Formats: sequence, structure tokens, C-alpha cells
Amino acid sequence: MTGRTRRRAGTSPPRLGRRRDQLIALGWLVVVWNLLWGNFSPANLLAGLLVGGAVLVFFPLPPVSFGGRLRPRALLRLAGVFVVELVSASIHVAAIAVRPGFRPRGAIIGVRLRVRTDLNLALTAELLSLVPGTLIVEVDRDAGVLYVHVLDVRSPADLTGSRDRILAVEERVVRAVGSAAELRQLTTEPTEAP
Amino acid sequence: MSVGTVIDWLAAVALVSGALLSLAAGIGVLRFPDVLDRMHAATKPQVLGMLLLLLGLALRLRTAADLGMILLVGVFQLATAPVAAQMIGRAAYRSGRVDRSLLDVDELAGDPPRTGE
Repeated sequence: MTGRTRRRAGTSPPRLGRRRDQLIALGWLVVVWNLLWGNFSPANLLAGLLVGGAVLVFFPLPPVSFGGRLRPRALLRLAGVFVVELVSASIHVAAIAVRPGFRPRGAIIGVRLRVRTDLNLALTAELLSLVPGTLIVEVDRDAGVLYVHVLDVRSPADLTGSRDRILAVEERVVRAVGSAAELRQLTTEPTEAP
Repeated sequence: MSVGTVIDWLAAVALVSGALLSLAAGIGVLRFPDVLDRMHAATKPQVLGMLLLLLGLALRLRTAADLGMILLVGVFQLATAPVAAQMIGRAAYRSGRVDRSLLDVDELAGDPPRTGE
């Protein structure tokens, strides 16, 4: 799968790339259909093709430009760090929830991402939203700014730490799926508050 | 102790810890003072608590059809939970139902972004 989704910018005409994206989506929909029915059978495959085709025709998605490449080691690192953060943050929020007489204070911080593509914005926001303690309140798509609500803020140092954590998530996403140019952007783009 | 027993015990540990996380989340929803704080409790334990519950189920059931369904449940939860959380958080903020006295810093105030949908 990783070999087929890999596409460098400019190596294939947009129409062809779009056709291939739709084929990958169709394959995924057929797999989902069969998993939902519980087994792979010829009838399920056929029905899956019909339903998947209908979904793609009647609910077309806007094309996502993917100019990067998948890096397996960076992907593993992204997943591994995500699981560690997920566990520690879940325990943290659960502890706050049951601590008697504690009222947590929050803050909304705006973080400008260094790579402002739709894909990077979406992936970073998705990962941040899955980890407890950070909640996306608003997204400025044009400026590439995520407005994040942070739970349990006690000092200005906590805010700086949260900002660094969010930028670290972005960096791991770009290292896993970004293009070479996007990787360079990580070091050249300034990271001050918007 | 046979392998099956070990897997059953692992499943039990996963189920109980997933349930405890979900319980903590329920308490959090009741106790947190504000919409945004509550969203942290309401949407996130879905993630780890639910993954643990699914892991426990998978270890206990061990049949191909059930594993496929469990995988789908996990994938769709991970894909949709953040969307729900963000929509509620944004709606709460835009309609002014966020208690600003609980916020130390609000970099969104006075600088409403142009929305590019």
C-alpha cells in the first residue's frame, strides 16, 4: 500500500493522480464493506464494488494534494510517541477529573504551523485532538494557525511547553509524510506566536 | 499457566482499565466547570479507554470476523472523535458560552480568524 500511495509532486498529471486516489479509496471502501459483513465472499466483493462506486460518484471528496513521501521509520516514531503521549495525557486528565476540590484553569493559544498545507493542518489537528489536554477550538486555514485549548495551565512556562509540544507533533508529522521542501521549512520558518 | 489463560488475564486487565478511564471521564464531565474543559473529558477517554476496551474484546473473542469489526470500530472512532470535539468546542466559543474567567490566556480573542471554508 505504501508503495502505491507514494507520489512525488509533478511526476504524474493531476487527472491520472486523481483517478489513482479514487481507486485507492474504492479499494478501501470494498475492504470496509467486507469487514462489516464479517467475511470476504464473491457476493460481498461485488456488492462492495457497487456501494463503493456509488459513494465515490455521489459524495466526491475534494482532491488532497499529497506531494510528500511516506517514511516508514518516521511513521513508526510518530505512532510510538503518540501512544506514549496518549497514555500519559489520559492518566493526567483522569487524575484532574477525580481530584477533590480542584478547578483546572485553561488557556487558548494560537500556534502557527511551519508547513501550512491542508494535509499537514488536518493531520496535526487530528493527532492533537486525540490526545487529552489539547482541544482544537478554531482553525485559521489561510494563515495555518491552530487555536488550541489547553487544560490545567498553572504558569506561563506551561504555555510555552504546550506550544513546543504542538510544534513537535507537527515536526513528527512532516518527518513522516512531508516532502523534502517541507522538511526544510521546519528549520527555516519562524515559530513565534501569530 | 497456558497461553490462553495469560491472554484472558491480559484481556481482563485491558477491560478493567478501559472501564476505569471511562468512569474517570464521566466524573470529569460532571465536575469540570466549563464546556471546553468538559470536552477534554468527554471526547478523549473515548480514545484510550475505548482502545483498551476494544483490545480486551479482541483478546477475548479471537475470531476473524469479530477482529475485523473491532478494527473498524477503532479506526472510525479515531477518525471521528476529533471532528466532534472540534465542532462542539468551536460552536461553544463562537456563541460565547465559554467562561473567560477560567482562561489564563486567550489568543483567539480580538483576533477572530478569517474562516476559509
